[in-house]
Amino acid sequence: MSAIEFAGVTLAFGTRTVLADIDLTIRDNEFVGVLGPNGSGKTTMMRAILGLLPPRRGAIRVLGKPVARGNPAIGYMPQMRSALDQLRLSGWDFVASGVNGHRWGLPLLGSAARREVAWALERVQATDLARRPLAETSGGERQRLLLAQALLGRPRLLLLDEPLISLDPHHQRSVVELTRALQQDLGITVLFSAHELNPLLGALDRVLYLGHRHAALGTVEEVVTGPVLSRLYGSEIDVVRLNGRIFVMSGGHDVERDAHQHDHGEHHVHV
Amino acid sequence: MPTNTTTANTMFTYDFMQNAFAAAFAVAVVCGLVGFFLVLRAQTFAGHALSHVGFAGATGAVLIGISPLWGLIVMTLAAGIGMGLLGEKLHQRDVAIGIVLSMSLGLGLLFLNFFTAYATQATTLLFGNILGIDAATVWTLLLLGIAAIAALAAIARPLLFASLQPELAEAKGVSLRLLSVMFLAIVALGVAECVQIVGVLLVFALMVGPAAAAQRFTTRFWNGIALSVALALGEAWLGLVLAFYTDWPTSFWITALSGGIYLVAVLGATLPAGTRDATGQGMSG
Repeated sequence: MSAIEFAGVTLAFGTRTVLADIDLTIRDNEFVGVLGPNGSGKTTMMRAILGLLPPRRGAIRVLGKPVARGNPAIGYMPQMRSALDQLRLSGWDFVASGVNGHRWGLPLLGSAARREVAWALERVQATDLARRPLAETSGGERQRLLLAQALLGRPRLLLLDEPLISLDPHHQRSVVELTRALQQDLGITVLFSAHELNPLLGALDRVLYLGHRHAALGTVEEVVTGPVLSRLYGSEIDVVRLNGRIFVMSGGHDVERDAHQHDHGEHHVHV
Repeated sequence: MPTNTTTANTMFTYDFMQNAFAAAFAVAVVCGLVGFFLVLRAQTFAGHALSHVGFAGATGAVLIGISPLWGLIVMTLAAGIGMGLLGEKLHQRDVAIGIVLSMSLGLGLLFLNFFTAYATQATTLLFGNILGIDAATVWTLLLLGIAAIAALAAIARPLLFASLQPELAEAKGVSLRLLSVMFLAIVALGVAECVQIVGVLLVFALMVGPAAAAQRFTTRFWNGIALSVALALGEAWLGLVLAFYTDWPTSFWITALSGGIYLVAVLGATLPAGTRDATGQGMSG
């Protein structure tokens, strides 16, 4: 069975079409890096898989079933919000708020729920840091807490929206390695969106590049090439490989690095 | 210490003091609970805004001959639900909100102008008059308080989740808008109650001060909730006692205590992390 299937899917807000007529299949147990320029639809695609944005056309199937909001088999890690910088609540309570968080009533946790939180924290090596208030954790530590929260309920598909934003290269590497280890140990599918390809090299199975309403899914060798990316970016793109790193250049500029510096994350579009 | 006991006994021989303590209890518990989520959601300004809108409702009610408390409740509830429905659209609309606030106060002023007992009523609504609360009002406040707390208890879990992780909560099936409307309706009830004690202008002191201080003092959810309620109740009751002995306004004492405790909390938070986290594991750890 495949993890995600898009059949002729068009995603749009109002009159703006973000992705048009997309066909793709993401297999079970794959680590897929989702890349593309700002506004190319990385977050939009994840919201569609979560059932938060109904496709304008086409059909989405997730883990063999038609897409539906509130699917417990999907774990989701939204882009980090700056409001969390000020939060005095402990990491433990923050993570635990996600246990059955959609149910009415008091946020009381039974012993099974506590074990689940402890398990998720242990999986991301965040047991100790979860005692601190969120305001006193570093960016990398906070990402691990968010990852733990996404693991609650043991999802089979994990959607991670820009987990590397505003992390230094060292922490970027550790988040990628941790995610890869989780993906393989738990045998789950991961969609991991990022601004830059290089931190993900070596960890990902396939790459999904979005741009100009199109999508290209395949191995890095298949997708990250001049012709494919030129079509997605809508301009002449050169791909330069150097010492195991890949640079996506447009007229002498590294477009991924530029994008990263101009804008920390595409903004969430709420409908 | 016979003297102290005697004076304390004297304090409780007055009906108005008994009523005041009972009313302060009902209101402070609601304020502590509602305020905790208000601070957590960074929506404290909503509490402030609702009280100002309530002023027009209260004075309008006086004008047509019904109790200002009911005018207040109707108006804050309507405004709270409206704010919840507008939701994201209200974000970063400081100017629009500010203008609505001043219009509400202005409208309240106009209504008062038509009313004869102008000055007393204005002061009571703006700054509160807990010593003037009668037994019937105490019962109303208690029942309203129970309704607000019951409603809050019913939505507490998704509210906490949605306050911390709105996008994730939405993905898990929580309706952010419904939750926001329900919460702001509860806040509206809390504000209407709070106005009875500290008045329209000082709602922040009892609703936000204790909750904000509590979130500085502890990092655990349930400890924070308990501390927020305890601080609100302590500040309200101690304010009453101090007012009784000094003959200064209760609202002054409550704002002073609220401000003082928040200041201590902020200064305390600048201590090194290790000294403060001794409380470590709380109820849910």
